[in-house]
Amino acid sequence: MRGRYLPVAAFAGLIVAIQMATHFTGSGYHLTQLTMSAYYSLLAIGLCLLVGYAGQISIGHAGFFAIGGYITALLTTHDLSSHQGLALGWLAKVGVLSSRTGLYGGHLLTLHPWTACLVAIVATVGVAYAIGGPVLKLKGHYLAMATLGFGTIVYRIVLGSALVGGADGLSEVPPFVLLPGLEVSSQASLRVQNYYLAWGLVIGGMMLLLNLIHSRTGRALSAIHGAEDAADAMGIPTARYKLNTFVLSAAYAGLAGVLLTHFNGGIGPSEASIMKSVRYVAIVAIGGMANLWGALLMSLLLNYLSLRGYFGTYDDAVFGGILILIMLFAPEGLLRRQLFGELRNLFSRNVAEEAP
Amino acid sequence: MGLNSDLFFQYVVAGITYGTIYAVVAIGFNIIYNATGIINFAQGEFVMLGGMTAVTLSRFLPLPVAILGAVAVTTVIGAVIEILFIRWLRGPSVLRMIIITIGVSILVREVALHVWGESIRALPYFTGTSVTSIKMGNVYISPQVLWVVGISAVAVVALSAFFNYTMLGRQMRACAANRDAARLCGISAKNMVTLSFMLSAGIGALGGCIVSPITYVQYDSGTPLAIKGFTVAILGGLGNSAAAVGAGMILGILESFSIWVLPAAYKEVISISLLLLILFIRPSGIFGSAEASRLKEF
Repeated sequence: MRGRYLPVAAFAGLIVAIQMATHFTGSGYHLTQLTMSAYYSLLAIGLCLLVGYAGQISIGHAGFFAIGGYITALLTTHDLSSHQGLALGWLAKVGVLSSRTGLYGGHLLTLHPWTACLVAIVATVGVAYAIGGPVLKLKGHYLAMATLGFGTIVYRIVLGSALVGGADGLSEVPPFVLLPGLEVSSQASLRVQNYYLAWGLVIGGMMLLLNLIHSRTGRALSAIHGAEDAADAMGIPTARYKLNTFVLSAAYAGLAGVLLTHFNGGIGPSEASIMKSVRYVAIVAIGGMANLWGALLMSLLLNYLSLRGYFGTYDDAVFGGILILIMLFAPEGLLRRQLFGELRNLFSRNVAEEAP
Repeated sequence: MGLNSDLFFQYVVAGITYGTIYAVVAIGFNIIYNATGIINFAQGEFVMLGGMTAVTLSRFLPLPVAILGAVAVTTVIGAVIEILFIRWLRGPSVLRMIIITIGVSILVREVALHVWGESIRALPYFTGTSVTSIKMGNVYISPQVLWVVGISAVAVVALSAFFNYTMLGRQMRACAANRDAARLCGISAKNMVTLSFMLSAGIGALGGCIVSPITYVQYDSGTPLAIKGFTVAILGGLGNSAAAVGAGMILGILESFSIWVLPAAYKEVISISLLLLILFIRPSGIFGSAEASRLKEF
């Protein structure tokens, strides 16, 4: 038990150390990109559970991210004050509405972010259940193509619908006030608070997944990954485990979409693009497929570098290149468990050869 | 909007034009699938490369030469991709192959973006201009439609002749049927795989050239074509190229009529929903045998 939480504590230490470093070097602006990386990392670890542990590839996870983000954006920006009626009065009485002054001084009456967030997560989970059932019956190329198809459908719908702003997407999404004084927004004064909020959430999500993979469920998943028919024969309800994992990873993606949309104050169709989905798979692959910590660290690093613009116009090419190189030369990923052992062997062999 | 018979045929013609291209892409999928058992996710990029290269070459070469040149260049690129990324892998898993070919498709697209930029290009119409039309009965048809259908038909016939009557084509089929037995007969299975990538790239590029006057071509126009080509390949039954032609027509015409019901922006949603539906209900394809496909990996 102690061993499992040691890396968690170490990672929390790393997060604090990074914040300290930016504080003392006066480069607090880095925290904005690091906070965004945190939300992308939430998606990455969920996807890692699905691809790495359950062995089911998904090239459509940006779709779930976009469903979460777009629903919360739509519900918190769509002005209800022109509507009249019983339903609205009822909504107001329950307390799910929030009124504020719009950008142009007008009065806006929208759903409260908590309500919107809840609706978004429920919708993401619902969609995941609906498509997960039939999709997960497929294997190999068919599974990849079906999830790619799902991602493309979501992309085309958000790009083609005037309701969600078409190519422009939705903007002016209000901050998400979690509690009085605690809100998800990119205001400079709330930078440190948001940084810890986001990474705290990632660490919480990580602990949940770590407990999961060390439980009966985790052992069932690795049995499915190893040999599905054998797992089936052992009495493991493979279909149910696969579906639940798919839905859980979709929920992580949806939550990430909701929070990042409130943080950024908007969402555009590029968040739903296939390239984003491929990027998440690349992060899981380089992290070592069945390695949650690897996926988390690589997501922190690569998303941060990408968001800071270090890859320039080669952003997508970098992720494509990483994907190919990893799959060609190290299909087990870079950060794999045997790595240290292999390095030790390499060095000890050199020493042995040098010895007379 | 009433559905009179002239308009009806106009939609059918448009559907056949697009359907032909989908069929060509599907045949490209099938050639590689038959030789290797993998789906090449970079198939749409071959189509894009063909169209783009032809546009560039046509600036200083006559059109037919530019098209032949583009097909040749893309064929070589197909070979290079196979040799660099596929040939030397020993017994790679399906997941690994999927991810590698997706990576290749991204790299090709990014290279195209840096070479050609984001601008939309097109070859000139092979005969006449975009407003030239031939009247057949009450229906007006662009001559380019005839070029698309004609050249594709010739290509399909030539391919099937190649697979049935030439030594090389028969060797490829032998490899597809039973790799080990073919190798015992002295056929180099590895060379056959390279050849399948070349053929597939070549026919994809040809498709990209003939359709570019109508649909235009851009660095990222490969992915949607690949998904639709795959839909058609699945609809016809993976590996069955004759059925792919029929399936291509079905998808093309369905898509063309979908504009009636939904805005054109959702055209792709229709064809991909169809893909999901087929995968869920009958992954062996409507022309395929369910018995035989039970032996394959879905």
